[in-house]
Amino acid sequence: MERCRLVFSGSGGQGVITAAILLAEAAVLEEGLNAVQAQAYGAAARGGATRSDVIVSDEEIYFPKVNQPNVLVCLTQEAYNKFYPIIRPGGMLLTDPRYVKIERKVDARQWELEMFRTVMDRIGKPIVFNICMLGAVLGLTNLLKPESILKVLERRMPAAFLDMNRQALDIGLELARAA
Amino acid sequence: MAVKDFIRERFFPHIWCPGCGHGIVLNSLLRAVESLGMSKNEIVMVSGIGCSSRISGYLDFHTLHTIHGRALAFATGVKLSRPELNLIVPMGDGDALAIGGNHFIHAARRNIDLTAIVMNNRIYGMTGGQFSPLSGCGVMATTAPFATVDQSFDVAELARAAGATFVARSTTYHVQQLTKLLREAILHEGFSVVEVLTQCPTYFGRRNKMGGAVEMMKWFKDNTTPVGSKAKTENPALIERGIFVQTERPEYCKAYDQVIERAQKGKK
Amino acid sequence: MKPNTKFLQGNEACVEGALYAGLRFFAGYPITPSTEIAETLSARLPQIGGKFIQMEDEIASMCAIIGASLTGHKVMTATSGPGFSLKQEALGYAVMAEIPCVVVNVQRGGPSTGNPTHVAQGDVMQARWGTHGDHAIVTLTASNHQDVFAMTVEAFNIAETYRTPVILLFDEVVGHMREKLVIPAPGEIPLVERLRTSVPGGVDYHPYLPREDGRLPMSDFGGVHRYNVTGLFHDMWGFPSDNPGVVHGLMRHLVDKIENNAGQLARYKEFELQDADTVLISYGSAARSALHVVRNRRARGEKLGLLELQTLWPFPAALVRDHCARARSVVVVEMNTGQIMREVKAAVKNPENVFLANRIDGTLITPTDIRNILRLIQGRGV
Repeated sequence: MERCRLVFSGSGGQGVITAAILLAEAAVLEEGLNAVQAQAYGAAARGGATRSDVIVSDEEIYFPKVNQPNVLVCLTQEAYNKFYPIIRPGGMLLTDPRYVKIERKVDARQWELEMFRTVMDRIGKPIVFNICMLGAVLGLTNLLKPESILKVLERRMPAAFLDMNRQALDIGLELARAA
Repeated sequence: MAVKDFIRERFFPHIWCPGCGHGIVLNSLLRAVESLGMSKNEIVMVSGIGCSSRISGYLDFHTLHTIHGRALAFATGVKLSRPELNLIVPMGDGDALAIGGNHFIHAARRNIDLTAIVMNNRIYGMTGGQFSPLSGCGVMATTAPFATVDQSFDVAELARAAGATFVARSTTYHVQQLTKLLREAILHEGFSVVEVLTQCPTYFGRRNKMGGAVEMMKWFKDNTTPVGSKAKTENPALIERGIFVQTERPEYCKAYDQVIERAQKGKK
Repeated sequence: MKPNTKFLQGNEACVEGALYAGLRFFAGYPITPSTEIAETLSARLPQIGGKFIQMEDEIASMCAIIGASLTGHKVMTATSGPGFSLKQEALGYAVMAEIPCVVVNVQRGGPSTGNPTHVAQGDVMQARWGTHGDHAIVTLTASNHQDVFAMTVEAFNIAETYRTPVILLFDEVVGHMREKLVIPAPGEIPLVERLRTSVPGGVDYHPYLPREDGRLPMSDFGGVHRYNVTGLFHDMWGFPSDNPGVVHGLMRHLVDKIENNAGQLARYKEFELQDADTVLISYGSAARSALHVVRNRRARGEKLGLLELQTLWPFPAALVRDHCARARSVVVVEMNTGQIMREVKAAVKNPENVFLANRIDGTLITPTDIRNILRLIQGRGV
């Protein structure tokens, strides 16, 4: 497989770091791939533009940070303004029009998916916005099997919350298919 | 067991000056231990740095002579890892309340079952007579050639406020009371503090024109009074002796057992 | 995937290693970027009947583990820059009183409060000489989670073998990043348990009288032998002494037990060194970038190799000298102003061929940084 470098960005509390961990953990524990995950710490993790980096590969990963992501997700305008220039040429940018107004052309496929609105319409809980985003990323990249994410979610959370997360993941996949 | 059996004669003579009160504290402590019929193997003595801290080396217990101010922190590690042991922590006034002040209040807050003995001679003796946080105002010391302007702590009030569940005070003059208080402090489950007013004729006495050891001990006799006595209302300057606090509150190591219980619930 | 495969932070890998090694007592104080070690152990230790205590400060944490070690337990504390500074006096006590313990320093940018959430490797010399007085110390490090685990187990083994504190000098990148860890089966990595005296109770036990093999059997505090432990120079009884013969003898013992075993204590990894004309020497997270460059350049036919140091102290000078003997240039990759580079220069035959590839801005040195420096050294320009 091609080494895939992802950056999830947004503001602290949106769950971009959790989403990154879920993705990387699924790659390692469910699909036998290698993955590393790193993130911003300190003030940025509690608001402001935060980011989490994930690298997924079937080979060893040494340098753990992402300089140029193949996949960049921006969930706030501030994150978009800060990070859009680092996207790898030919890569992919995913945003949500509820939060981000695309202002520049970049040499990448740009996907604006109504993730937040759809989650609120169908589930009504903003807390699973990040899982929906993850579903969209998987739908757009085919990086991992969605079931792998579900298996990680099963291990990590009480059954009561699982259904809501599964729904959110499905919404993301669906939005990606329709895009 | 005779008191003598608690001593490591191999390591004598001791380093204390003639007239020093620390030997009297040692004597009272051994009598307290003897009266309790404790085995030498169940006592761990942890001390810091200073004249008073040398007390540990002379006694045939498990003895840990540590670094300045940190005796209570070391003792916390010993106690929490082996709660069945009895921990006695003799400290000097500078050791316990200047450099070690933070550990003092936090050991009290946790109410961990340690017996802290503050041997208060109001001076740093080992380093040659500098003022301590218990010297108080108007005291001459090598670092206060024009007399101190520093206020002092009241150890008993500090210990009480920080959460100690046994707090008492006596002096090297009142050896029988001291022995009794040390005995009660060792028996008490929780953080216990015994402040002992003790004389340093070499540095405090000489520089402050208090006379020799005998005069200084006489000063303890004349200037102290039992807790709640009428004399105190008539002369508020008198220093009270006796038990100030004797209460019960969950002891830290016992409380931690509940953490272990909660952590293991549903496991294995 | 095997059930013993985990995806976790380096700090958590350290916890797994410590528990595998038999850790039973941890005292700590919150500080970034090491806090996850304390957090994880606050949950894990009581589950196995161990003890976790959050102390009032960094100094107290160091003191508490020393006290707990004396009672016969394997102990650890974890901290970062400022906290490591605060622990130095008590660390020296553990050196002097020969009390096994493990001290983790997940390095961040310094001096002072510095750059708490960013990476640096500036505490290498502090690990060596942080506490006052002449002494020897053991310091290990690692660049990935499998090695963080392995070096943590090693740290406990060395601490027990040599009756010494061992410093684990990790860094923010390795501590915080997540990757795979496969936890070895019990017994897969041998463990060194505490060497206890065979002297029965009632018979004189000399806590500081080495056996013929140089090792000092211990007796648990609270057990059948009563003895004195002090930070002063002391005789075989553990009683203070300023007798010049006693002081000299103890000093030699404390230094020699570590320095004379530098070869045995050396942990390291070699990558593509067989015919390398350029040898990179690196450690910790910087070694990840160095290895990236080595793999990448080898694929393009460049004769580049990496010596990854896992033991920093005692410095494996002989090992470094041997591995650099045929190299045209030696490039030390580290995130400080050359703390290990100076050791390498002192170790090799041709110190003028030793160069520094570093980064000191709180950012992990990148493969591009290293590649550019290599080009400069080779006279090819960036």
